[in-house]
Amino acid sequence: MDATPRSAAHAAAPAPSPDAAATPPPSAPPTAPAHPTPRLAVDGLTVAFGGLTALDDVGFAVEAGQILALIGPNGAGKTTAFNAVCGLVRPKSGRILLDGAPAPARPSLLRDHGVARTLQGLGLFDGLSVLDHVRLPQPQPRGRAAGERARAELERHGLGDLADRPVQTLPYPERKRVALARALVADPRLLLLDEPAGGLGEDDIDALGRTVREVAAGGCAVLLVEHHVDFVLGLADRVVVLDFGRVIAAGSPEAIRGDAAVEAAYLGLQASA
Amino acid sequence: MSTRRFLLTAAGLTVLAIAGTFLLDPYRNYQLAVIAATFCAAAGLTLLIGVSGQLSLGHAALMAAGGYGYALAANALTDAGVDGVPRFLLAFLAALAASGMLGLLLGLAAARLSGPYLAGVTLALVVALPAFAAVFGGVLGGDQGLQIAFDGVPAPLRMLVALEQWQAWVAILVTAVVVTGIAAIRRGGAGLKMRAIAADRTAARLSGVRAGRVQVGAFTASALAAGAGGAILCFVTQSVSPGGYTLAFSLLLVVAVVVGGLGSIGGAAVGSAIVVLLPWLIGTLTGALDLPAEIEQRLAGNLGVFVFGVLLIVVMAARPGGLAAAVPVSWRRRGRRAPASVAPEPEVVDVDALPHHPTATSETER
Amino acid sequence: MDRLLFLLATGLARGAVFALFALSLVLIWRAARIVNFAQGAMAVTAAYVAFAVTALTGSYWVGLASGLAAAALLGLAVERGVMRFASHASPLSGVIIAIGLVMVLQSLLGMLAGQTVRPMAAPFDESPIVVGGVPILSPYDAFVLVVALAVMAGLALLFGRTSLGLQLRAAAFAPEVSRLLGVRAARMTTIGWMLSAAVAALAALLLIPTELGLNPHSTDVLFVYAFAVAVVGGLDSPAGALVGGLVVGVAMSLVTGYLGATVAPIAVLVLLVGVLLVRPGGIFSAREARTA
Repeated sequence: MDATPRSAAHAAAPAPSPDAAATPPPSAPPTAPAHPTPRLAVDGLTVAFGGLTALDDVGFAVEAGQILALIGPNGAGKTTAFNAVCGLVRPKSGRILLDGAPAPARPSLLRDHGVARTLQGLGLFDGLSVLDHVRLPQPQPRGRAAGERARAELERHGLGDLADRPVQTLPYPERKRVALARALVADPRLLLLDEPAGGLGEDDIDALGRTVREVAAGGCAVLLVEHHVDFVLGLADRVVVLDFGRVIAAGSPEAIRGDAAVEAAYLGLQASA
Repeated sequence: MSTRRFLLTAAGLTVLAIAGTFLLDPYRNYQLAVIAATFCAAAGLTLLIGVSGQLSLGHAALMAAGGYGYALAANALTDAGVDGVPRFLLAFLAALAASGMLGLLLGLAAARLSGPYLAGVTLALVVALPAFAAVFGGVLGGDQGLQIAFDGVPAPLRMLVALEQWQAWVAILVTAVVVTGIAAIRRGGAGLKMRAIAADRTAARLSGVRAGRVQVGAFTASALAAGAGGAILCFVTQSVSPGGYTLAFSLLLVVAVVVGGLGSIGGAAVGSAIVVLLPWLIGTLTGALDLPAEIEQRLAGNLGVFVFGVLLIVVMAARPGGLAAAVPVSWRRRGRRAPASVAPEPEVVDVDALPHHPTATSETER
Repeated sequence: MDRLLFLLATGLARGAVFALFALSLVLIWRAARIVNFAQGAMAVTAAYVAFAVTALTGSYWVGLASGLAAAALLGLAVERGVMRFASHASPLSGVIIAIGLVMVLQSLLGMLAGQTVRPMAAPFDESPIVVGGVPILSPYDAFVLVVALAVMAGLALLFGRTSLGLQLRAAAFAPEVSRLLGVRAARMTTIGWMLSAAVAALAALLLIPTELGLNPHSTDVLFVYAFAVAVVGGLDSPAGALVGGLVVGVAMSLVTGYLGATVAPIAVLVLLVGVLLVRPGGIFSAREARTA
C-alpha cells in the first residue's frame, strides 16, 4: 500500500504555498467539507525552560487520515513539541487545538479526547503482563469486554501468544509493539509516535510502516517524530523540519529531500541563501 | 481467579480461622484478635506501599483515628441507651468515617505528589498524635485516653463461648470483610491502575489513568482499613490511648508489610503475626532469664525493635519480595491460565518496579 | 509586645537550627537523590557520644567535637555499609532501609542507655539578656544563632568557592560526566554523606540542651520540623532551606509562646498539610509542581 502524498489544503506556518486541492481519505464520510478542521493544529508554539528556548513560534497541522512527520537534528525540540501537545510541558505562548477546540491541559484527559501517544522510552509497566497493558486504557479494564478487545488488538500486532507474559521479559521489538498496541486499543483519532522506528530491524520497520498506514487509512491523524529519515520520507504525507526550536522547512517528502536548509541543519554546512 | 472462587476462598479462610479459635486458650485468642486488627491495617498498607507505591509512616495514627472514633461513638451511644449489635455497628461506622476523612485529607495533601512527601506528612501526623490527645484532652482523654463500656458475649452464646473467643470471632469477621475489600480493589481495575502509576506515572496518565485520583483513592482505602483495625483493638481492649499508637507501632506495620512481601495480602497476614508474636516472645524470654529489673525493661522494649530494624534492612537489600517470594513460582497467578489447584496467590510486586522518578517535566496535574 | 520581641529573637535562633538540619537533608538529596529519614537517628546517636565524652572529660567543647567526629564516621558507615544496598530503580527502597536504620539505632541506644530523658548542659547561660526591661535573647540562643549562621556561611563558601565544593556538586549533578573529568564521584558522595551527618549532628547538639532533651526519640520532632522546612523552601534549594528555616522557626516560636508547647507538633502538621494543599510547589519553589 503506497502512501499517496496528501497535501494539506490549509498551510502550516511557515509553509510553502498550498499544493493541489485535498483529496478526502477513503474512509471519510462522502459529504466531508472541502476545508475540514485539522485534527491537530499547533500555532505560534513557544516553550522555554528557564533561559533555554526549546520551541520558538512553531506551527503545523495534521488532518484526519494524514501522516505528518517531525524531523530534525538532536535537540531540535521534536519531543518537546510532543510534550506540549500532551500537556506534559506548559508552553509560554501559542495555541494547540484538537478538532478546533483547545487541547486538554492534563495528560490524563487525552485518551478521552481521542489522543494516544507512544513514548521514546516506551513507558511500559514492568511487572504487568502484556495483556494488562492493553486492558488499561479501556473503560472497565478488568472486565470481560476489555479482555476480549485487548486480545483482539494483540492479535493484530502478532502478540497474541505473548499476552500473559510479564512485559519486562520481552525483547525490545516486541516491547515496542506492546507500546503501540496500548496506544491503539483506545481507537485514537490522533496518534503521536515518538521515534517508533528506533532500535528496530528492517522487517520490524516494514511492519511498523504497514500498521501506521492502516491506522491513517482508518481516519486517524498521525504525527510522528523520527530520526530514520528514509523510513519517514517513504511513509509521511507531509514533513515538517525543526532545528533549534524553529520550523525551517515544511512540505512534501520530495520537497524536503532536496531542501538545502534541511541539509545544512543535519550536516552543519553553511545554509545557502 | 474468578470472582466466585475469590469470594469462596475468602469465606473458606474465615471459617478456618473461626474454627481455629476453638483450639486456642483465652490468651491466645486475645492475641489472635490483635493479630487480626493488625492484619486489617497491614493489608491496607501493603496495598498502599506494594501496589500503588506510596509509603506511609503514620498508619498507626490512622488506626488511632478509628479507635477514637469508635470509642467516642460507643460512649455517646451508651449514654443514649443504645447497646449490643446496633451500638457496635454504628460505632464501627464512626471509626471508618473518622479514619476515612483523615486519610482523604492527607491523601489530598500529599498523595498526588511523588517521592517522600507523603511519607513525611504521615510521619508528622503520628508524631503529633500525643499532642492531639493532650490539646483536645477534654474530648480525647489526654494521655489516659478513653474507656468504653464492656461488651460481653451475647446471651445466646454465653454458654458456648468464652469472652476472648467471642472477641476473636468479631475481630476475624470484621477483618475478613475489610481484607476481602482490599483484595477486591487490588485485583480490580483500580489495582491495575495503581500498579501502572507506580511503574510509570507519565505513561499511565497518557493511557487515560487519573493518577492523582487513583493515588488519593488508594490512600483513603488504606486509611479505612487501618481505621477498622483500630476499631477492633478498641473493641477488644475497651480502651484507646495515644500510648498504643506510636511511631514505633507505625514502623512495625511497615515491617509487617515488607517482611511479608510488598503487595502480598497473604504476606501481610504472616507479617502481622510476626510483629505481634515476636515482641511477646522476646518479653517472655527475657522475663525467664533472671535479670535486674532495669536491664530487663530496656531489653524487652528494644530488642524486638532492633530485630525488626535489621529484618527491614536485610529484606529490602537482599530479598525485596519478602516472604511471598518464597512461594513456588507455579503458585503465582499467570493471568487466566492459573492451574486449577492454585492456592490464593500472593501476588508479588517487584520492588524494583516501584516508582521511578518521573521524567523531568513540569507537570501541573493535581 | 515584650514577649513578641523575645519570641521573635528565639524563633530566629531556633529557625537557624532548623535551617541547618534542613540543609543537611538538602546535601544528601543533592548527593544521592533520597530524603534521609535516618538523619535524626544518626544525629541523636552522635549526641549520645558527645554526652558521654562530656561526662568523661568534663568539657562541653571536647564533647561537641567528638560528637561531630562520630557523626561523620556514622555517615561514612551508613553510606558504605547500608545505603549502597538500596535499589536504584526505586526510591522507596532507600527510604525503607533508612527506616530500618532508625529502628536499629534507636533500639540500640535504648538498650545501652535507657529511655529516660537526660539533661544535657549548655555551655552558656540559658536565661535571656534583658535590655531596658525587655528580655531579648539568652546568651545560649545567641551562641546557637551565631554558630548556625556561621556554619551555613561556611558551607556556602565551601560549595561556591572551593575546588572540593565544585567536585561535590559535579558528582551530585552528573556523576558519569564528572568521573570522565577526573572527579572521584563515589568518594564525593561519601564525603557528602559525612558532611551532611556532621551538620545534622551539630544542629541536634545545638537544640538538645534547651529544647529537646537527650533520649533516643528526641530528634524525631526535629526531623519533622526540618522536613517542613524542606517543604516550604524546597528540597533542592539551600537558600530555600535558610529562608524556610527562619520562617518555620519564628512561626513555631510564636505558636509555642502564645499557645503552649504541646501544640507545636500539631502546628507543624497543619503547616505541612496547608502548604501542600495550597502550594504543592512550596512557597519559594520556582518549579510548577513538586516531583521529588
